[in-house]
Amino acid sequence: MSKMYHKEKSIQLKSSASALYNNLSVLRIAPRCLTYFTVVHANVVNMVSASWDGLNYSHRQLQSKEGNVATSSSLIMQAAWCVLPSRDLLVLTSQKGIQMYESDGSIMVYWHALDTPETPTAKAVFARGIAAVREKYICVGVSSGSVLVFDVPSKGSNITLSEVLEEHKEAITDMASECSGNLECIADLVSADDSGLLCVWKSGEDFQLLNKIPGFDTSCSSVKLWKGTVIAGYGTGQIRLYEGVTGILLAEVNAHARWIYSLDIAPFTGLLISAAEDSWVRVWHLSLTPETNSVEIEHMYNECVTDTQICGARFCDGDGYAFAVTGYDLSEIIRYTQA
Amino acid sequence: MSTRTLPLLFINLGGEMLYILDQRLRAQNIPADKAKKVMNDIITTMFNKKFLEELFKPQELYSKKALRTVFDRLAHASIMRLNQASMDKLYDLMTMAFKYQVLLCPRPKDILLVSFNHMDAIRDFVKDTPSILSQVDETNKQLVEIYTPLSGGEFQLIRQTLLIFFQDMHIRVSIFLKDKVQNSNGRFVLPTSGPVPYGTHTPGLIRMFSCSGEEVRRMQFRDGGNYCGALREGSFEMYGDRVIKLGTNMYSVSRPVETHMSGTSKNSSQHTKVNTTPNPLAKEELNLLARLMGGLEVQKSANTDSGFRVNLFATDEEEETNRPMQSWLRSWGSLERWENLPPVPAARVTTSWP
Repeated sequence: MSKMYHKEKSIQLKSSASALYNNLSVLRIAPRCLTYFTVVHANVVNMVSASWDGLNYSHRQLQSKEGNVATSSSLIMQAAWCVLPSRDLLVLTSQKGIQMYESDGSIMVYWHALDTPETPTAKAVFARGIAAVREKYICVGVSSGSVLVFDVPSKGSNITLSEVLEEHKEAITDMASECSGNLECIADLVSADDSGLLCVWKSGEDFQLLNKIPGFDTSCSSVKLWKGTVIAGYGTGQIRLYEGVTGILLAEVNAHARWIYSLDIAPFTGLLISAAEDSWVRVWHLSLTPETNSVEIEHMYNECVTDTQICGARFCDGDGYAFAVTGYDLSEIIRYTQA
Repeated sequence: MSTRTLPLLFINLGGEMLYILDQRLRAQNIPADKAKKVMNDIITTMFNKKFLEELFKPQELYSKKALRTVFDRLAHASIMRLNQASMDKLYDLMTMAFKYQVLLCPRPKDILLVSFNHMDAIRDFVKDTPSILSQVDETNKQLVEIYTPLSGGEFQLIRQTLLIFFQDMHIRVSIFLKDKVQNSNGRFVLPTSGPVPYGTHTPGLIRMFSCSGEEVRRMQFRDGGNYCGALREGSFEMYGDRVIKLGTNMYSVSRPVETHMSGTSKNSSQHTKVNTTPNPLAKEELNLLARLMGGLEVQKSANTDSGFRVNLFATDEEEETNRPMQSWLRSWGSLERWENLPPVPAARVTTSWP
């Protein structure tokens, strides 16, 4: 049986990837034949721009903003590109707050400070979970469980905090917006937290909570929303598929032997990638039958990244033709393309 | 990140330190009463009430430098003396051992079981000395109270915080290389076989459901690994079978003593970078715990001889107690150094580590 994917040349990073959920973000810039990658290392974000011909690589590093007190360096929890119709922004979430940059990381356009207490509290304070929603929202999760909704103008730095959604009680782990491009989908955003609770939202001037899907005593570390289906990866290594608006469980996969760290969907083909601490990257295929409200999930491919706890896995294009992987302590982005 | 990480880091590193010192004291035939005094003095200092009070306060992790100072002081809280090179090697070995344990914990919550393994062993070291034993028990109780209510997600945050602390450390350790749990490039072997964590199902099953909740289809996929069902859950009580072996003493008396350390892996640019940026608060943190540690009085007996030196990481045959400094340095120099070996492809699945 021939392999579905084969390994390509890796991209070297300036520093290794930290063990953080969803620790890889990819931005494809077709007009310039470039792909950008970001990987978080402690308080630094490593950005690499790779030309499609494989000849040119350039690197940039962004630091977390310390805030105005000289305390210990603020660690970054996540970095991700937010693709809006009018602009792309790079969002960094850290222990101190939220930074938003122009997509190439050249200029910081917005800073939102979190309420960090004078003396540290038992519960850590940080921002984590990033999603661009519809035309003009960027949503960011917080360790308290709040979801901050930012209103983003088509250009300039006049970004404002439009709403704070308070449904989660535990730290937000990940968030995802509907990625099929289908404007008819009712659900726009799903947020996940450490208890495994999933909240499904409709965006607008006031975001509307469509459903709360309870957890089962395990953290949901990575979540995706595609054609109204919530795809969630859990600490137990399970992947679950729910119908977003109704909360009906459609499928359950005992996918990994360790904590899942990253999920991604190729929206044009329904390929799903999952990656975990168990060293495995797995590719699945989803097909939805809206009439019967059912889903088919088929296993397509396995890749073992030897002796590596994977922390990020993303498709590099909407078809799932290529994907990239990062691992804890690894100073490279490993890439695979379809054979 | 997690403000609850420091106590676990300190206790587990301290536990590893005690395992190593205990083994070296025995290997070098230090008289039993002296050896016991060394262990008791260090454990007393480690579990000093005031020190622990400070340690257990919610706070960010110390810098590597600050934590190293704390352990320097701890290692010298007795009549034993270690030279700089020995201290360096001791610290490297401690940190790589705990890094290994953190990485290989099946579930993040199992880090607590690893901590209990260390605590159980420490309790065993001082079981004949009630005053110290009660200090250790008190701390154990505190660990149970503070950590058992935490969720899996909060433990994962603690684990992620620890992994950032250990990031880019790839020091090769003989005992790990021998046991094939570490590759020659310094990276640990992560088996794709063995029991899954408690609460996880073995990979393979896909179930699909109808709107009414009935299972309509069931399929298996080939996961490529060789996993089996989870072991029973370890005990999170004061006493009990922890089940997990990580954090138990891997330095048994009968083990070969050759524990020479090697340099970092070839990719030296990825070696641990100590944060050297000026940080007004760093001086504070360096002082507080370290000051508490260093300021503690160790009871010295009236007829004490001057402190003796323990030499770490040289073979039994080459060592005897109270060897003059020059011959010690000579013996150290004769040990093979593993510098800049060409990278060897990492081994695939080898053995599963209990």
